[in-house]
Amino acid sequence: MYPELGQFALILALLLAVLLAVVPLMGSLTGRDTLQAFARPLASGVFVFIALAFGVLAHAFLVDDFSVAYVANNSNSLLPWYFKASAVWGGHEGSLLLWVLMLSGWTLAVAVFSRRLPSEMISQVLSVLGMVTVGFLLFILLTSNPFDRLLPNVPADGADLNPLLQDFGLIIHPPMLYMGYVGFSVAFAFAIAALINGRLDAAWARWSRPWTTVAWAFLSLGVALGSWWAYYELGWGGWWFWDPVENASLLPWLSGTALMHSLAVTEKRGVFKSWTVLLAIVTFSLSLLGTFMVRSGVLTSVHAFASDPTRGAFLLGLLGITIVCSLALYAFRAPVVHVRASYTGLSREVFLLLNNVLLVAATVLVLVGTLYPLVLDYLEMGRLSIGEPFFNLTFSPLAIAVGLLLGAGIFSRWKNTDGGWLGRKLLWPMALSVVLAAAIMVAYGGFRPWAFFGALAAVWVCVATGWDLWDKSSSRKGRIHGLKRQSRSYYGMVLAHLGVAITMLGATVASNYGIERDLRMEPGDRARIGEYQVEFVDVGQRQGANFTAEFGRFDVYLDGERVSTLFPEKRRYTVQRNVMTEAGIDAGLLRDLFVAIGERLSDQAWAIRVQYKPLVRWLWLGAIFMAAGGFLAISDRRYRIRERSEQRARTTPTPPASAAESVS
Amino acid sequence: MHPIRKKRLTIVLFVLAGLATAVGLTTYALRQNINLFYDPTQIAAGEAPLDTRIRAGGMVEEGSVKRDPDSLRVAFRVTDYNESVEVEYVGILPDLFTEGQGVVAMGRMRPDGRFVADQVLAKHDENYMPPEVSDSLKKAEAMGKTRSDSGSAY
Repeated sequence: MYPELGQFALILALLLAVLLAVVPLMGSLTGRDTLQAFARPLASGVFVFIALAFGVLAHAFLVDDFSVAYVANNSNSLLPWYFKASAVWGGHEGSLLLWVLMLSGWTLAVAVFSRRLPSEMISQVLSVLGMVTVGFLLFILLTSNPFDRLLPNVPADGADLNPLLQDFGLIIHPPMLYMGYVGFSVAFAFAIAALINGRLDAAWARWSRPWTTVAWAFLSLGVALGSWWAYYELGWGGWWFWDPVENASLLPWLSGTALMHSLAVTEKRGVFKSWTVLLAIVTFSLSLLGTFMVRSGVLTSVHAFASDPTRGAFLLGLLGITIVCSLALYAFRAPVVHVRASYTGLSREVFLLLNNVLLVAATVLVLVGTLYPLVLDYLEMGRLSIGEPFFNLTFSPLAIAVGLLLGAGIFSRWKNTDGGWLGRKLLWPMALSVVLAAAIMVAYGGFRPWAFFGALAAVWVCVATGWDLWDKSSSRKGRIHGLKRQSRSYYGMVLAHLGVAITMLGATVASNYGIERDLRMEPGDRARIGEYQVEFVDVGQRQGANFTAEFGRFDVYLDGERVSTLFPEKRRYTVQRNVMTEAGIDAGLLRDLFVAIGERLSDQAWAIRVQYKPLVRWLWLGAIFMAAGGFLAISDRRYRIRERSEQRARTTPTPPASAAESVS
Repeated sequence: MHPIRKKRLTIVLFVLAGLATAVGLTTYALRQNINLFYDPTQIAAGEAPLDTRIRAGGMVEEGSVKRDPDSLRVAFRVTDYNESVEVEYVGILPDLFTEGQGVVAMGRMRPDGRFVADQVLAKHDENYMPPEVSDSLKKAEAMGKTRSDSGSAY
């Protein structure tokens, strides 16, 4: 009974979404307020019914209703309740339901928090979001219905959730990632609305900015969580494999980062407008592309579930329609650029432009590396794969360039920066950074050119950010007063940039100075890894809720003293009869020690992987900083105050923002 | 030149420079890092190059896995039920590596016809088969040379 209610709720949500896509847009084009007034109630209605459907599916999981095919395929009565709940998005159908739930949630949030926007703008934004919702609801209802029943042959028990997914990571990684993916639909909707009514101005950029920043913050967390999960669960200690599925999440992040900075320029200086709109379209298209690649079964990975060709075709169609329509609209409506604001070759505008060029270049690079094998395969020109070296070789220089540019950009001024002044300004911070980066090399025992430049870029971002904060906080009333005077969006920027530096340093050090050893060990054997000694003590067995496990006990010694004991496991899941490796990790801020057991080689001997990973935690710590920076920036009061003062001054053109203000 | 034109020109030049860098890096790196897939039949026919890193895959032949007792060295045969190739690997095999399952290995061919793998990938779950492997099995079957017992592979 309940599952049918869920399906009914989805159909109702689809009908409301169709209305949302059409009615307010018609109202805004014909200038009828009554039609525009439908936008907010319809947005709420869509959310309520999708949430209802989601609740029904979650309920089916929690009460083990195996008459629902999706539940039967992805759950089992032995599964702990929290995995039953997160198994809702553990498969194809449910994860799409989560996608539209997030989409309708973002739509509702736009409806609620944009009360001060002009009504035609908000109607158009909500209508565009309605269109996206229609596409995805159709996709779910036509090809991936989570409420399909297995009647009358109800299985006695479910086929269980893939053991890889029975993990804390599944509970939080997909929701965070989808919040980011779907959040860019708001930036997209604002861009399309601006194209429709031709209001591509600073005000538009200001409205769009906080939404983009929030989506970016969520996506940063989502990508980092994916990397962390892969590190301890899937990857035997690797944290990024340049797997197409990982790239699918990195692509919108890269272009979203470019978008955030380009929006800042558009808001502050009124330039790069069409570029910003294009980036918004591209970013959302990349989110859709990511969904397509991951969900259509063209890729083989833990994320690719059932590969039903109609699904791939439908998603590709949806992607095609979105790209073609929005680019056509862009071609017709992109404004004839009247750049009245002037800036010179060394202005902050140009630094941010360069930042965009580099980020877009990185996006193109990852996109080519990801799609090239897929396209060749599709054209039947052979099967090939593009390995990690390609990405490492091409992505690293761009990342280093972004870091070096970022530090210099922080000191630059809007409109014009005097070259000599900037050179003198950069001299000491740069000298300090070179010394610090060299010190890091010495501390980790060996100079390597790539590592040096990576560390230099990271340290340089830190030093420049700190230096700038020091400069800005000087005040006659004292340092504390000066620090307090800075806006939250400025501190948001500082945090996010520090986050970039932290992640960069983590990536550089972990990949250049990590040690990895695969060994054959018997109980009693000792292995040396860096300064540590790892002793294989013995093996044991234990019984989990839905698995049996063999575990090894490893004592870790530093200078003859035991610092920790690790229990890596080999789990055998009873329902799917799969074997899974659970690594034993001694996590620390400065280094991780990682022990995983492989197969049994003989009665006594096991294959063991021991790893020493310096600064690996910094990879994800940096993402936390970035996300925190994003959230801090949007809590800035200027968004609220500006919106109010803007309403008062609607008739008069908005004065250009003061040049002294900083990007954030 | 008119200042606005000049500015637009600089922007266009920046974008072009960025694109050129990206394209240059991409093609340079692509040339060295493309790993083509070869199935055992192609390898047996001598189609696989010797000096480049390639991918090879198929089913792990039943009873072919041999371990060295004192190290992590392991050898096994990968087959498409038409031809098979000997694979050597030193390291930890993935959890889901078993005889009779599909695998993909990355590595280089040696002149003596053995494949030295530096990476072995196995499926993620029971229903999954590497697409290259399932393709090559279909191909081998279509060639009509398939032994009668290979039906169980599906």
